[in-house]
Amino acid sequence: MSEGPMNRAPLVLLYLNVLVIATCGLVYELLAGTLASYLLGDSVTQFSLVIGLYLSAMGVGAWISGFVGDKVARCFIEVELGVALLGGLSAPILFLTFAWVGVFRLVLFGLVFSIGLLVGLELPLLMRILKEQLDFEDLVARVLTFDYIGALLASLLFPMFLVPRLGLVRTSLLCGLINGAVGLWGTYLLRPLLSRRGLSGLRGRAWIVLGVLTIAFIKADSLTKLAEEGVLGDPIVHAETTPYQRIVLTQNAKGFQLYLNGHLQFNSVDEYRYHEALVHPPLSKVKNPQRILVLGGGDGLAVREILRYPSVQQVTLVDLDPGMTTLFQRFPPLMKLSQSSLMDPRVTVINEDAFLWVSKPIENKYDAVIIDFPDPGSFSIGKLYTRRFYRLLKELVANDGQISVQCTSPLVAPKSYWCIVKTMESAGYHVRPYHAAVPSFGEWGFVLASISMDREQLKLSPDLTGKSRFLNDQVLNSLFEIPADLERVESEINQLNNQALVHYYDEEWGSWR
Amino acid sequence: MPLNRRELIALLLGAPALTIAGCSESPIIPPAGELLGQSMAIGHRLRDGFRPRPAPDAWKEVSVVIVGGGAAGLSAAWRLAQAGFQDYVILELEGVTGGTSRSGSSDLTPYPWGAHYVPVPFAENQQLIQLLSDMDMLESININGSPVVREQYLCREPEERLYFQGEWIEGLYPTTGASDDDLQQLSAFRKEIDRWTAWRDPQGRRAFAIPISMATDAAEVLELDKLSMSEWLRQHGWDSPRLHWLIDYSCRDDYGLATDQTSAWAGILYFAARQPAPGSDHQPLMTWPAGNGHLIKFLTERAGPKVHSNAAVTQITPGSIKPEENATLTWFDTKTNAVHRIRAKQIIFAAPQFLAPRLISGFASARGTEVADFRYGSWIVANIHLSDRPQDPGFPISWDNVIHDSKSLGYVVSTHQSGRDHGATILTWYYPYTDNDIRQVRNALMEASWSDLADVVLTDLEVAHPEIRKLTNRIDIFRWGHAMIRPTVNFISSDARRQAKLPFGRVHFANTDLSGIALFEEAFDHGCRAANEVLEALS
Repeated sequence: MSEGPMNRAPLVLLYLNVLVIATCGLVYELLAGTLASYLLGDSVTQFSLVIGLYLSAMGVGAWISGFVGDKVARCFIEVELGVALLGGLSAPILFLTFAWVGVFRLVLFGLVFSIGLLVGLELPLLMRILKEQLDFEDLVARVLTFDYIGALLASLLFPMFLVPRLGLVRTSLLCGLINGAVGLWGTYLLRPLLSRRGLSGLRGRAWIVLGVLTIAFIKADSLTKLAEEGVLGDPIVHAETTPYQRIVLTQNAKGFQLYLNGHLQFNSVDEYRYHEALVHPPLSKVKNPQRILVLGGGDGLAVREILRYPSVQQVTLVDLDPGMTTLFQRFPPLMKLSQSSLMDPRVTVINEDAFLWVSKPIENKYDAVIIDFPDPGSFSIGKLYTRRFYRLLKELVANDGQISVQCTSPLVAPKSYWCIVKTMESAGYHVRPYHAAVPSFGEWGFVLASISMDREQLKLSPDLTGKSRFLNDQVLNSLFEIPADLERVESEINQLNNQALVHYYDEEWGSWR
Repeated sequence: MPLNRRELIALLLGAPALTIAGCSESPIIPPAGELLGQSMAIGHRLRDGFRPRPAPDAWKEVSVVIVGGGAAGLSAAWRLAQAGFQDYVILELEGVTGGTSRSGSSDLTPYPWGAHYVPVPFAENQQLIQLLSDMDMLESININGSPVVREQYLCREPEERLYFQGEWIEGLYPTTGASDDDLQQLSAFRKEIDRWTAWRDPQGRRAFAIPISMATDAAEVLELDKLSMSEWLRQHGWDSPRLHWLIDYSCRDDYGLATDQTSAWAGILYFAARQPAPGSDHQPLMTWPAGNGHLIKFLTERAGPKVHSNAAVTQITPGSIKPEENATLTWFDTKTNAVHRIRAKQIIFAAPQFLAPRLISGFASARGTEVADFRYGSWIVANIHLSDRPQDPGFPISWDNVIHDSKSLGYVVSTHQSGRDHGATILTWYYPYTDNDIRQVRNALMEASWSDLADVVLTDLEVAHPEIRKLTNRIDIFRWGHAMIRPTVNFISSDARRQAKLPFGRVHFANTDLSGIALFEEAFDHGCRAANEVLEALS
C-alpha cells in the first residue's frame, strides 16, 4: 500500500465514520417519517413520501458531489456540520412548526429534502477521501458494507432503544451531536488534507454546532413540553386522528397506554383489573352466557375477557370509530394485548353510533351487555348515559340478562357516578353499584344492572380458574362493598333534554385537575 | 328587474355581508338543489278570476267540508273524529298537507320546511295535551294536569348557541364582554317578564298565555298592543344593545318582525307565555327531526282518505242558519281538472283570511275591509345538505344555531334530535323578511333564481362557517310568499281580528292568523274551536 497522507489507524476510524454517518442518516429519515405520521396521521402515506423524497434528495446530493473540486475534505466537514445542525434540530423544529406555524408540510418536506441532500453528499465525498488509500474494489466493498451495517444499526436502535428511552426530540438531537462530533473529529483526522487557512474557523463552527445541540439536548424537556409527548409523558408509538377522535398510543418500559382525545383509556400494566371488574360481575351472574353485546370497548379488551367463557357463541361489539377497532385488529402489540379478540369468528364488529344502533329492533335478545364508553365529557357521549338510552337498551336485554357499565370515578366525580346509578334506576333497572382500584385511573366506578331483582352473592365461573389475575370469589363480592367516602350523593336524572351528567362531569373533573 | 348578486345580498343580508361575499363574481354554488314554493300559479289564477265550470250532475253531499289541510284544518278534523264524527272531507290546495308546518325528507333524515317546535303545554291546555296523549308522546300526567313528555321528544341538550365575536357561545344572549349595565338591564327585563308571568286576572287567567284565547282580556294587558316593542323598551329606559338584540331576534324568530314593528303585547308574550312561573326556565320544547311536520304526519294519517290534496276550492256559498239553506262548495282537482260540487251542512274555512273574500260569496262586501288588516310576512327557508359538519370554535353544535350579526335566524340541525352526531347532516336555515315594504321584497324573492338564493344562504352561513361551501352537497330553497301573520302594533286588540273568527253563514273560521300570531298551538286551538262550533250546530 502506498505511503499516503494517512496511516492505517485513521482508516479504521474513517470506516467508523461511515458507520456513524449511515446510522444517523437513516435515523433522520425514520424520525421524519414517524413525526409526519404521528402529526398528520395516515402513516403509510407519510412514510412513503418521506422515504421517497429523502432517497431522491440523496441522489441529488450524490450528483452535486461531482461538482466539488479539490477541497474535498473541507467540504466533507462542512457537510457534516450542516447535517448535524439540520438533522439534529429536525424533530424539535417539526414539533414547534406543527404547534405554532401553519405551513407544516412545507417545512417537513423542505427539511427532509435538505437533510437527504446533505446526507447524499457525505458518502461520495468520503469515498473520494478514501480512494487515495484503497483500491476501487476494496473501497466500494468496505464503504458499502459499513453503510449497510449502519442502516441495520439505525433500524434496530430507533424503535428499541432511541425512541423508547430518549423520545423523538432527544433522538434527533443525539444524532446531531454525533454528526457534529464526526465533523469536529474530521478536522483532526483529515488534518493533512485541510489547508491551514480557515482551519480554526472550521473548528470554531464545529464547536458552535455542538454547543447549540448540547444546549438543545439539555433543554429538550421544555421543547418537548410544546408537543403531546410532554403532555402524555411517554414516547408515542402510534397516533392518528380519525373523524371521531384522536387516538394516541404511548409506550414506556412497562407497557402501552392508550389515549383518546388526551384521556387515558387503559394502561396495559393494570388494564386487566379494569376489564375483569367490568366483564366478570355480569357474566358470572348469567348461567351459560351465549349472546353478549359490547357497547364501546373498541380495544377488544372486554371482548378478550368475554371469550374466556366457552359457552359464549356470539359477541356483538358496537363502537363508533373504525379507526379504533382496526387498530386493535392490525397493530401487533395491541393484538397481543387483546389476544386478537376482535378477530375471533364469534365476534361481529359494527362501527356505528351506539345511540342509533340500540334504537333498532333485533331478533334475539342478549344475555349480557357490557358498556364501555368513554367518560361523559361531551354532549355526544353524554347521550349514551341518558334514561332514554337505557330504556332503548332494555329492549335488547333478556329478562334475566345482566348489564355492566363503566361510570367514571365515584371518588373524583361522585355526582356523576350516582347520576348514572339514579338514571338507570329511573329507567327501570335494579342497580348494584360497585368499584375497583385501577392504579392508572385510581378508584373506579361501575354498576351492575338487571331488569329483574337479584341480590344473590356472585360466584366466579370455574372457566376463569387460573385465568383471572385480579378477581376471585371473595374479591368479586367485595367490589360491592361501598366505603364511606364513596357513599351515595343526590343528583338529577340524566336526560337528553338536560344532559345533567355532562355538566356534573365537567364540574367535578374540572375542579379535580 | 332582477337584482344582481351583490344587490340581492345587500337587500337580503345587509351591507356587512357584502364584505364577506367578497369580490368574487363566480362563487362556489352547490352542485344540486331546487327552488320550491306554494302553488302560486293556481292561487294567482284563482285570484284573477279563473272559475272552472262544474259538470251539472256532479253534486255530492258531505256534512262538513274543511277547506285547508294545514295545522288548523287537520286539527279540526282531529277534533271532529275525537267527538265520533266522521262525515267530513278535507280539501287541500297543495300536493301535500301541512301548510307552513310541512316537512321534507332525504335518505338521511326528515327535515322541516317551516315550523319546527312546540313548547310543552301548560296544564290549562287540556285539548293539546289530549292530542299529545293520542300521539303516545306522554309518559304520564302530573296531578296538577301538566303533561310529562317522553324524553325523546324534548329538545335535546345542547339547545341553542350564538355565534358572537368570532366564537360560538352557549345560549342566545351575547354574554361575552357584557358590561354591568348590560347585565343589570337583562335582569331588570327578566324581572318585568316575571311580573307578567305571575299576573292573574280576577278569573285566574294569565296575562299572557298560549293559546291566546286562554289569556286575559283585561285592558291593562291589552294596552300593551298599542305600542311597539321598541317603544316599550324605551319606556323602561332599557337601551342595552345586547338586550335589544335578544328581543329583536325573538321578534324576528316568532313573528318575522323587527322590534319597532312588533306589538309590545306580542313581544312580551314570546317570553311570558312560555315561562311557567316567575324565575323559572322557559317550558321545555318538543321537537322532531321533521319539525312540526311530525304533528302534521300524525294528523294526516288520522284523517286518512278524507284528505284530498291538489284540491282547489273555487267558490263557497255560505248558506244561512235557516234549516233548508245549506252551504255549497265548488272545487277542482288541479291534477285532472275534474270539477266537484258539494252540498255541506257546515264548512270550516281553515285557510288564511286573505283568501276568504276571494272564495266566499258575499264575504268581500260584508267583511272585506277588516280582512285588509291581516298582513303576512315573507320567508325563505333553505335546507342545506352537508357531507360533514363544519369545525367550530367554542360551544359545540346545538339544535338551534344563531349568528349574531345576521339578518337570518340561523339554522336548526335536523339530525340533532335523533342523536346522529357525526358525519352528514341537514341544516334548516330561516330568513324572515322584516321590512315594511313587503310587496317589493316579495317580488325580489319571486324573481331571484335558485343559484342567487343559494348564494345568499351560503354567504350568510360563511360568516360562522368559512368552509361551508365545500361541505354543501345540495340546497333546496322554499320561498314563502304569505307565510306568517304579523302581530304589528294594534292588530291583536283590533276589532277586525276579534270579529274574524265569528261564523259567516254556515262557514266557520279556523286559522292561526285569527290569533294574530303564527303558532301551532293557535292553529290547533282555532281548529278545535271551529270543530266544536260545527258539532254544536249539527246537534
